[in-house]
Amino acid sequence: MDILAFLIPAALSLGAMGLAAFLWSLRANQYEDLEGAAHRILLDDDDLPPRE
Amino acid sequence: MDAATLTAGAGCPSGHSVAASAGASVDPTAFVRTDDSGAETLELLVQGARCAGCIRKIESAMLALPGVSDARLNLSTSRLRVRWMRGRVDARTIADGVTRLGYAVTAFDPAEGQKQIDQEGRLLLRALAVAAFASMNVMMFSVPIWSGDLDMEGSTRTMMHWWSAIVAIPAALYAGQPFFRSAIAALRHGRTNMDVPISIAVILTLSMSLVETATGRHHAYFDSVCMLLFLLLIGRYLDHRLREKARTAARDLLAMQTKTAVRIAPDGRAESVAAKALLAGDTILLAAGERAAVDGVVMKGASELDCALLTGETLPTQTKIGDTVHAGAINLTHPLRLRVVSPVESSLVAQLARLIEIGEQGRARFVRIADKAVRLYVPVVHTLAAATFLFWAFAPKLLNSVGVTSIAAISVHDAVMIAVAVLIITCPCALGLAVPAVQVVATGRLFKRGVLVKSGDALERLAQIDTVVFDKTGTLTLGKPRLATMLDAATLRAAAALARCSRHPLSRALVDAAGPGAAARSSAEVAGEGIIGDVDGATARLGRRSFAAPHAPESQDDAAELWFAHGDVAPVRIAFVDELRPDAKLVIAALNKRGLAVEVLSGDRTGAVSEAARAAGVATWNAEVRPAEKAARLEALRAAGRKVLMVGDGLNDAPALAAAHASASPGTAVEVSQAASDIVFTGARLGPVIDAIDTARTAQKRIRENLTLSALYNAVAVPVAALGFVTPLIAALAMAGSSLLVTLNALRLQGMRAWTS
Repeated sequence: MDILAFLIPAALSLGAMGLAAFLWSLRANQYEDLEGAAHRILLDDDDLPPRE
Repeated sequence: MDAATLTAGAGCPSGHSVAASAGASVDPTAFVRTDDSGAETLELLVQGARCAGCIRKIESAMLALPGVSDARLNLSTSRLRVRWMRGRVDARTIADGVTRLGYAVTAFDPAEGQKQIDQEGRLLLRALAVAAFASMNVMMFSVPIWSGDLDMEGSTRTMMHWWSAIVAIPAALYAGQPFFRSAIAALRHGRTNMDVPISIAVILTLSMSLVETATGRHHAYFDSVCMLLFLLLIGRYLDHRLREKARTAARDLLAMQTKTAVRIAPDGRAESVAAKALLAGDTILLAAGERAAVDGVVMKGASELDCALLTGETLPTQTKIGDTVHAGAINLTHPLRLRVVSPVESSLVAQLARLIEIGEQGRARFVRIADKAVRLYVPVVHTLAAATFLFWAFAPKLLNSVGVTSIAAISVHDAVMIAVAVLIITCPCALGLAVPAVQVVATGRLFKRGVLVKSGDALERLAQIDTVVFDKTGTLTLGKPRLATMLDAATLRAAAALARCSRHPLSRALVDAAGPGAAARSSAEVAGEGIIGDVDGATARLGRRSFAAPHAPESQDDAAELWFAHGDVAPVRIAFVDELRPDAKLVIAALNKRGLAVEVLSGDRTGAVSEAARAAGVATWNAEVRPAEKAARLEALRAAGRKVLMVGDGLNDAPALAAAHASASPGTAVEVSQAASDIVFTGARLGPVIDAIDTARTAQKRIRENLTLSALYNAVAVPVAALGFVTPLIAALAMAGSSLLVTLNALRLQGMRAWTS
């Protein structure tokens, strides 16, 4: 059962990474415009005129 | 702007929404925000943007303007934020740019914009994420304990428990914050709410499990605590999101009312100011096509006003020097110069707003079904847990001392563990999900059908109604005159050519009937009379009988009419009707079939109302009713024990909408009415009203079923827990199982058949 000493922290840190990623995305306003994001995938960047 | 966007069709390129007509342009200068670096930001509410094409069309048009550094359209909130360098471009050009693409825009008060970020929702989501992480990972330790129970050594089990504690304790203390806070707030005011038993259960269970772990015993409930918080937070978040949506909808509507006006300064300069900055005595200019923001007296000019939204009257009223123009009236033909008689706060609109407030106070007394359940639930749970503890702590010893030995005496520690099990098993996971899950599914379903439900309790109230009261103009009817006379093609073309030069609603109806074509080469509009111009080289007159055909006999019916005289040809009478919504009759019949009483309450003339009521199949109607009388009628119905759904669109309906048990307004209604209504439906049909009532009734049925399910679950689980048979495994299964059951029951609503006419 010695392997648990390695596997448990490994499993927990993987989970923690997922949690951290979610909290980051929440803080970075990734969920502000869910509908717009679904549509924006259809836009080509070169359709927009160059910014000044 | 580049050529491509100019030639593109107006409005949504995918045809998801109708292009807004290029009406009077707005001047949002009063709402521009400037930051230190000299960049100016403006937020506009864009109506009609629905797809990727709209995003590209609007954003690229904005970025093509000189000096614009950033333009971003948020499709979910319909807000466009534009940033530019001061001096390179002005706010008016930006707003006009969007208007010209075929989208209606409203400036957004920057102070309102900053309130947007929903702090509470963020906190709930973070707590939800932490609880989800903890419950998944603690389960990783719990499953080996349950499955390996027989051959797992005590030391391994204790290690698993310790790992669980390390994850669960900080996570539960973090994710439990929303509950702890609300529980403390409630206790401080000497009340209890659902969060009190939840907080007690969480803290008691955590500490008891810690004691169990430290003493190397068998049962720790760390997984139950995490799962409990996770499930409760889902319900809490869904509920919060519904309320937040309603709040945002109400805020958007309010923002749309922050209108601007053109003030004439003493030196004769015209400037755009926010309507709320106007004072009594100021002079303002009301251009043709604009809606008055304040009450004023006409100082110069004569015109016609469309007061349909104020009074329900379909025909325009004439106005001349010395007449009062009420806020909300639309100026149709000629520019007017007004002297402001009362600032925005004391205008007619504001007085109506006060009536609305009074109505809404009545509505605040409504007790939601979830709250009713909680009131019953909290004392029962507390009593049960306490009784369980007292029984196990004292009863066995007492019984043993009198010689009954069938119940073995247990330690105080074990008695507490059993009481904790009761608290966990009764914790209202299913109860917390029972109501919000159904309401989220129901409002989502209605939203897809073009019905915006503004709150969860609106659905509950809608399910209880037994009477429906309709306004006539704009609600039962389309609120737009439609050509009723058959005209020959040449006359129609000639009359439409002249009509294209006017904003009068009857002229527009004529143009709608004629389709696209050329406008008259020259024309002049005579306020309150009609329009005179040159069509095909001959003089043509379109307007009142006295203006266009003074010698023609007076017509018999009182329908809206125009007379058209062209050259030497005899004048023609053109009649108009305000058409019923296409499915009005079917909807009334469907309402009657559902056992609902229907009546019509209108501010319009008796003839027009009786005609419309007869055509729609409504027997009870009242005409020429003033706004306060409408609210009084609603109050009378309420006093008679009726629960009324009011459907209306005008400013004159707003007090009645607020006084009703539930209320609905079409998407074309004035903002005040939409703000006062529980549901807003879009499109030309009335069918969504039936759909909303049916969905609300089914949702209510599901909610009752869900509450019954939770009660049944408790009825089975509580005795088992009180007798001391519950282990952590059973608690986890029961909790997840009952929550899953109510969620699945809520999802059944998705498959409900929709009403079609």
